[in-house]
Amino acid sequence: MRKTKNLIAAFCGATLLMASMQAMAAPKTLVFCSEGSPEGFNPAFYTAGTTFDASSRTLFDKLSAFKRGTTEIEPGLAEKWDISADGLEYTFHLRKGVKFHTTTNFKPTRDFNADDIIFTFMRQFDKEHPYHKVGGGKYEYFNSMSMPDLIKEIVKVDDYTVKFVLKRKEAPFIANLAMDFASVFSAEYADNMMKAGTPDKVDFEPVGTGPFQFVAYQKDASIRYKAHPDYWRGKAAIDNLVFAITPDPSVRYQKLKANECQVMFNPNPADLDAMKKDPVVNLLQKEGLNVGYLAYNTSVAPFDNVKVRKALNMAMNKKAILEAVYQGSGKIAKNPIPPTIWSYNDAVVDDPYDPVAAKKALDEAGVKDLKMKIWAMPVQRPYNPNARRMAEMLQADFAQVGVGVEIVSFEWAEYLKRSKEKNRDGAVLLGWTGDNGDPDNFLAVLLGCDAVGNANRAQWCYKPFDDLIQKAKVTADPAERTKLYGQAQVVFKEQAPWATIAHSVVFQPVRKEVVDFRIDPFGGNIFYGVDLK
Amino acid sequence: MFVYFLRKLIVILPTFFGVTLVAFVFIRTLPGDPVMLMAGERGMSPERHAELMAEMGFDKPIIVQYGLYLKQLAGGDFGTSIITKQPVLKEFATLFPATIELSICAMIIAIFFGLPAGMIAATRRGSVFDHTVMTSALTGYSMPIFWWGLLLIIFFSGILGWTPVSGRVSLLYYFETVTGFMLIDSFLSGQEGAFISAMSHLILPSIVLGTIPLAVIARQTRSAMLEVLSEDYVRTARAKGLGPMRVIGVHALRNAMIPVITVIGLQVGVLFAGAILTETIFSWPGIGKWMVDSIFRRDYPAVQGGLLLIAAIVMIVNLVVDLLYGLINPQIRHTD
Repeated sequence: MRKTKNLIAAFCGATLLMASMQAMAAPKTLVFCSEGSPEGFNPAFYTAGTTFDASSRTLFDKLSAFKRGTTEIEPGLAEKWDISADGLEYTFHLRKGVKFHTTTNFKPTRDFNADDIIFTFMRQFDKEHPYHKVGGGKYEYFNSMSMPDLIKEIVKVDDYTVKFVLKRKEAPFIANLAMDFASVFSAEYADNMMKAGTPDKVDFEPVGTGPFQFVAYQKDASIRYKAHPDYWRGKAAIDNLVFAITPDPSVRYQKLKANECQVMFNPNPADLDAMKKDPVVNLLQKEGLNVGYLAYNTSVAPFDNVKVRKALNMAMNKKAILEAVYQGSGKIAKNPIPPTIWSYNDAVVDDPYDPVAAKKALDEAGVKDLKMKIWAMPVQRPYNPNARRMAEMLQADFAQVGVGVEIVSFEWAEYLKRSKEKNRDGAVLLGWTGDNGDPDNFLAVLLGCDAVGNANRAQWCYKPFDDLIQKAKVTADPAERTKLYGQAQVVFKEQAPWATIAHSVVFQPVRKEVVDFRIDPFGGNIFYGVDLK
Repeated sequence: MFVYFLRKLIVILPTFFGVTLVAFVFIRTLPGDPVMLMAGERGMSPERHAELMAEMGFDKPIIVQYGLYLKQLAGGDFGTSIITKQPVLKEFATLFPATIELSICAMIIAIFFGLPAGMIAATRRGSVFDHTVMTSALTGYSMPIFWWGLLLIIFFSGILGWTPVSGRVSLLYYFETVTGFMLIDSFLSGQEGAFISAMSHLILPSIVLGTIPLAVIARQTRSAMLEVLSEDYVRTARAKGLGPMRVIGVHALRNAMIPVITVIGLQVGVLFAGAILTETIFSWPGIGKWMVDSIFRRDYPAVQGGLLLIAAIVMIVNLVVDLLYGLINPQIRHTD
């Protein structure tokens, strides 16, 4: 009897051992249902999130980085950095022993060093750089972050030290370097490709230091990656990563249910209820780093009168909008920055919903039978899932206070273009998703005097506000910056160039077997740190 | 026959030239431009906008741009995508096999079911079968492709689990592209199960894309057959004592095929149009989806090149159809 027991135990043990060995040997493949094809694999050329997911967030690293799932800055390829007392010199001390990917095209002969940083930034900065024109030479994010005006020079101090000299102080500079356009390329690979007469390969067959390395791309079908075995933070828990390009959100959900993918992006709002009840799906959610707003044209009467703007803000039933447009999953916005960003001033009091007071205020401002236009975006955006519906609700709200609204819309590109015009007729529904988690990225980009006629759709240049944000931009002390941005939010609320409407909640469905997927506040999809049960 | 072919070819050339103009003007009359879309909500200064437009050559007078485009085309260059920086012809050639594979399967389904359904409905006019076929055809013709595709996915893939949801082959299989036709490539790969996987991925999109052509072919076959069946020569054939199969299959069908082939030829254009939606729903990496993306991004060279290549293919198919008339009915090539 005892012998039989021993035999059974030995058999079970051997079976378990074999099963565990098989489990150890079986590669883990995670399939992500993405919504579109990347425009390319060099993130410096593009501005779309689908491109960043496929390139900068999988293949590359930057000097600084955002801690996964947060807007907090942590060291990346730079182990640490020093900022000079005058705030004009940033010295980065680079990490040693960082390996680039080995591919069929490229076998690196050295580790990452200062030459790679110089190559990455000089390619974008120096118009005479041999690689500047390769791939078209348009570095839109680098330009729109004002890097060419900001950087004076980039100096290689030694193999592992690089210095950026700036023309003026720029407090968000470290955060800017954690952005996608600052993804670090291999200078050695670029040299090899240039010598081989195929410099374009650097952008189409990318080599980085990131957690995954490029395997293959089948246009509009799939992108394949494998884990970088020598990744400096440690090899990724999943062995293979596949992007299954699936444009329709309802089809993405069906694929998730059928286990054809384990993570999907951008669910259809109509599917959210079913997802919440679905036993195989874990519906993650997080407050988005965004704001949806209605920008008045403050340079045109009667919207140049703050009393009129405040009155209209009071006529707005934001709670009803939140229920109808955001399906209840959002937060009423009172400030132009979301609560997830540091320096958010919670002490600011929102304009109350009070149609009677609004009508009275309009009368006091001498405005009678006002007719206005509200521009409704033709597209669905994370900060505004249904602009047309929102405009209709505003139309009804404003009618209650005697304001007639005509809703207008244009094709998206035309909408973006015309809404910037200084003499624009009407208030514009639009919004913003943050790039780098810095308040400056909202307040200066969208409300600064420099942005009038451009991203400042309110055409609002108010010196007391602008002075505060400009001062904050050149102040190094975080506490002081927080104070200045807090004051700026108070001024904003008093002057009401926008009606701040909502901060939306971002949803991300993943299958139950997916471990530790974290929603990226910048709307990205990051798979390093994710595992499968 | 050769003169007939040449005459048809000469008619095609001005049509092709006309298409270049339409394609060129169409994309430029759409509001917005690629640079503005690239900038998004952030926008860009007018100076930078002008600089980028100039770099892409979009600042020149439109007539000059058109002239340059024609010159480029004459050299066999369809341009380079301003977004992906890849030659348009290369992108088209990469994606086109997927659309062709899907279209052929859809057409096989449409002909295989449409022709017999129309024939039987005609020979049994007024019967329950006739009414059923005609009602189904009308329903199939009127059904929105998007809705129909999603419905099939939810039922066959979601509820029954019989077919895969989308894509061309299971992502578990990975092999190099040889021909671009997944059925052939999966077979050549030698990987066990890859061919079956590719086949199973084709079922639902082919049914969805083939539905409208099937309905049209069934209706057209029925109507053409009814007309022919009442002709004197059919009555004579019957009077001679020929069997119904021979009367219908040989005498009636051959003559009824002329309008049916015309319709089948015209359905090629319908298939390309339908492919846009079918490819989007089934994540099918073909030219339909590529064209839509290019239009949304205002990728002028890609849209122009894509339209031109699709138009050229439709024209060639119609030329082949014209030649087929001659083969089916020798009278046509003599009288035309």
